[in-house]
Amino acid sequence: MTVTTDLLLEATGVSKTYGAVVALKSASLAVRPGEVHALLGANGAGKSTFVKILTGVVQPDTGRIVVRGKERTAHSPAEARRGGLVSVYQEPSLIPDLDIRANLRLTKTPVEPFRHWLGQLGLTDLDLSSLARKVPLASLRIIDLARALAIEPDVLMLDEMTAALPANLTERVLEVLKSMHGGDRSVIFISHRLIEIAAVCDRATVLREGQTVGVVDVTAGSEEKIVELMLGQSVEGLSARTGDVAGPQSRTKGATPRISARSLTSGTRLHDASFELYPGEVLGVVALEGQGQDELFDILAGSERPRGGELLVDGQPVSFRHPADAIRAGVVFVAADRAEALFMQRSIRENIALPFSTRLRNWGLIDLDKEHESVDGAVRTLQIDARAGGEVRRLSGGNQQKVTIARWVAGGVRTMLCFDPTRGIDIGTKSQIYRLLRDMAEAGAAILIYTSELKEVQLVCDRAIVIFGGRVVGEVSAADGDEPTLLRAAYNLRAEAAVPEAVAAMLGSSSSGAEASTSAASTRPEVQQ
Amino acid sequence: MTAAPLIARQGPLDTVVPWARRNAWTLGLVGFLAALLVYTKLIQASYDASSLQGLAIGVLPLALAAVAQAVVVLSGGIDLSIGSMMALTSVVCATMMKGQSEQFGIGVVVIVLVLGMILGLINGALVVFTKVPDIVVTLAMSFVWAGCALLVRAAPGGGASDWLKNLVLGSVVSDWVPKSAIVLVVVVAVVWIPISRSMLGLSIYAIGSNRLAAFRCGVPVGQTKISAYALTGLFSALAGLSLTASTGIGTPVPGPYTLMSVAAVVLGGVSLAGGRGGLFGPVVAVVVLQMIRTDMTFLSIDSNYAYVAQGLILVGVVMIGSFAQMRRSRA
Repeated sequence: MTVTTDLLLEATGVSKTYGAVVALKSASLAVRPGEVHALLGANGAGKSTFVKILTGVVQPDTGRIVVRGKERTAHSPAEARRGGLVSVYQEPSLIPDLDIRANLRLTKTPVEPFRHWLGQLGLTDLDLSSLARKVPLASLRIIDLARALAIEPDVLMLDEMTAALPANLTERVLEVLKSMHGGDRSVIFISHRLIEIAAVCDRATVLREGQTVGVVDVTAGSEEKIVELMLGQSVEGLSARTGDVAGPQSRTKGATPRISARSLTSGTRLHDASFELYPGEVLGVVALEGQGQDELFDILAGSERPRGGELLVDGQPVSFRHPADAIRAGVVFVAADRAEALFMQRSIRENIALPFSTRLRNWGLIDLDKEHESVDGAVRTLQIDARAGGEVRRLSGGNQQKVTIARWVAGGVRTMLCFDPTRGIDIGTKSQIYRLLRDMAEAGAAILIYTSELKEVQLVCDRAIVIFGGRVVGEVSAADGDEPTLLRAAYNLRAEAAVPEAVAAMLGSSSSGAEASTSAASTRPEVQQ
Repeated sequence: MTAAPLIARQGPLDTVVPWARRNAWTLGLVGFLAALLVYTKLIQASYDASSLQGLAIGVLPLALAAVAQAVVVLSGGIDLSIGSMMALTSVVCATMMKGQSEQFGIGVVVIVLVLGMILGLINGALVVFTKVPDIVVTLAMSFVWAGCALLVRAAPGGGASDWLKNLVLGSVVSDWVPKSAIVLVVVVAVVWIPISRSMLGLSIYAIGSNRLAAFRCGVPVGQTKISAYALTGLFSALAGLSLTASTGIGTPVPGPYTLMSVAAVVLGGVSLAGGRGGLFGPVVAVVVLQMIRTDMTFLSIDSNYAYVAQGLILVGVVMIGSFAQMRRSRA
């Protein structure tokens, strides 16, 4: 049946149950031609199920999807693609063992438009005959997007595409999205970053508990309304701070730093990382993608050995050969990639208890009662929804991330390294994690956190160090660490950045080399204000 | 705009070097084979053109089996029923051809090739539709196909058309160019080159390399997988035919081909995880493995030691390869 409507895509009454679990009760979505439409929802709201249904990955139990007035049921991504709906995911859908040209051929993408969009997105020096697995991840994400744009789909769906993109590339993407306003094609944009939604989206559809709870016109000040809709009754401030500005005062003078890094170097990326992490503080690490922060965290966590420099833990020089050495020294690591950290087929209990039990009992039997006690404590502390706890892979992303943190909380945290711990998880869970990190710091733990979301620095950190071109080039206190300042610092634009004098002196000596060694910085020095 | 000067700058070296780097493993294997041939000539002066012909005939079935295995491994699967499919197609061929005219033999070959594809199709369909792991399905089917082979013919026997036997015997042009080597190259090229240039070939590599990404790109994952198994069946049938051609009869008991084909695929630089490698490497690997056995015989080493040595070489070479790769990725 045909529907007389000026909507490009309309989904109504979509539901899906998996056994006893209702993933989607009654979701609807209406996208007008030429608009950028945000699809929002906390984790577990049914957003990913909805996306899967729209893209043909799973079939809905009930509901109608109408594209350009024609009812449509897609049984596979290939069918959805033919129907004019193309998706770009956080993980690029390029085949690692094929070169870029073959990857284009696979999706029947014309090369010339592809090059055009690649240029628009700021990637001009791409060799089409290079194997996808040799291309940096950030570039692959851009290639994936350019490929989707080149097909000129009616509806382009970006699913958390910007979640792991460095700030300069995100800006390019947002600009391209803005340019799609007013045409006859539309974009469905899914992101946890409200600031991006505010920047490019016209309207937002909000899901909660499997239902569409509201459609909001995105204007200045609509963030509050969106957050309210997403969280329902339990609207809470995002900040982890409870009134008091926890600050440098918690850093006791004269205390031994938990970690002292002195001129750490590694590979081609990390050249000179020096900083100190004190007990009772949350220290942020701010950097554009690929400035050496990955290597730094690998060294601190014991996965890689530094090529040069010195690492002191609690004042003692250490040389970690293995993550087990770091854990023994009280330095634990929360990885960004949950798939890397979890045993997806095992239970929550085993996932949490593994490092804890290995530390307690090397050869004897595991004391199960004691283990249960600590695990239950950690599950309670982190408010993990343990209903699907038999296999961690069935948990939502936010709950999985909580499990990776809980495994260390169960054993008591001395020093914790977190690499982008809130990547791609919803606001409610984020705010729980912030609060947890603050609480741990209050209790005397030292926490080092890298974040790709700059506003987290003010929400959770006491101060932040800035890494650029493999060097620690600056330090910003949380009070001064608003987004423009941090972004400017991350690009190593020294002019107005509020940096302490001591650091500014160091900056002068090291930044020239750093600038030469980084290409990311040269691509886009001007920063949105 | 920037493309023009780029092309102008490209000399022959610029295309050869990346090509060589990409095929470093196969080139190394070819070098190793050349060294082995020289060494063989040194220890056994009587090694001549006719020995080479013998070598070519000897490796033909295993080479085709390795190609069969390589196709399915590239798609991210594995087929443990290749040896049984070879036995079944071989006895069907020998039984139908016995006492029949030469022209009838051509029809038999076509029937056997279609049979091979159907066997592979069944394997693939079972893997895709039952979602039972491929290693289990094909292991189970290996018993089924072996049983069928014994039903067709309880004991070795049958016959083969003369043209089929002549196809692999002797040499062409020069004594140094064995016919069976030509047959191998032509058969593999005729089947594989058009496929590897087509969407199907691209899709086979794609699903082997990253299934999820391929699915999201719109590749029909199930169909591609079934097609890969069908191709494996086709090559297994060719291997079965070559068995009948070289022996003149059909043997219902599967030879050691299944596991040897896995060994050759690994040694030939095809990733068992799928998506990486080609068909040339496994073929060279088969010849290398055969040469090593021949040399052991010439050196009059106990054949039991030869098996041990073959295994150690396999592990050693693959280990060296992954070390080299690790070093390169670190640099």
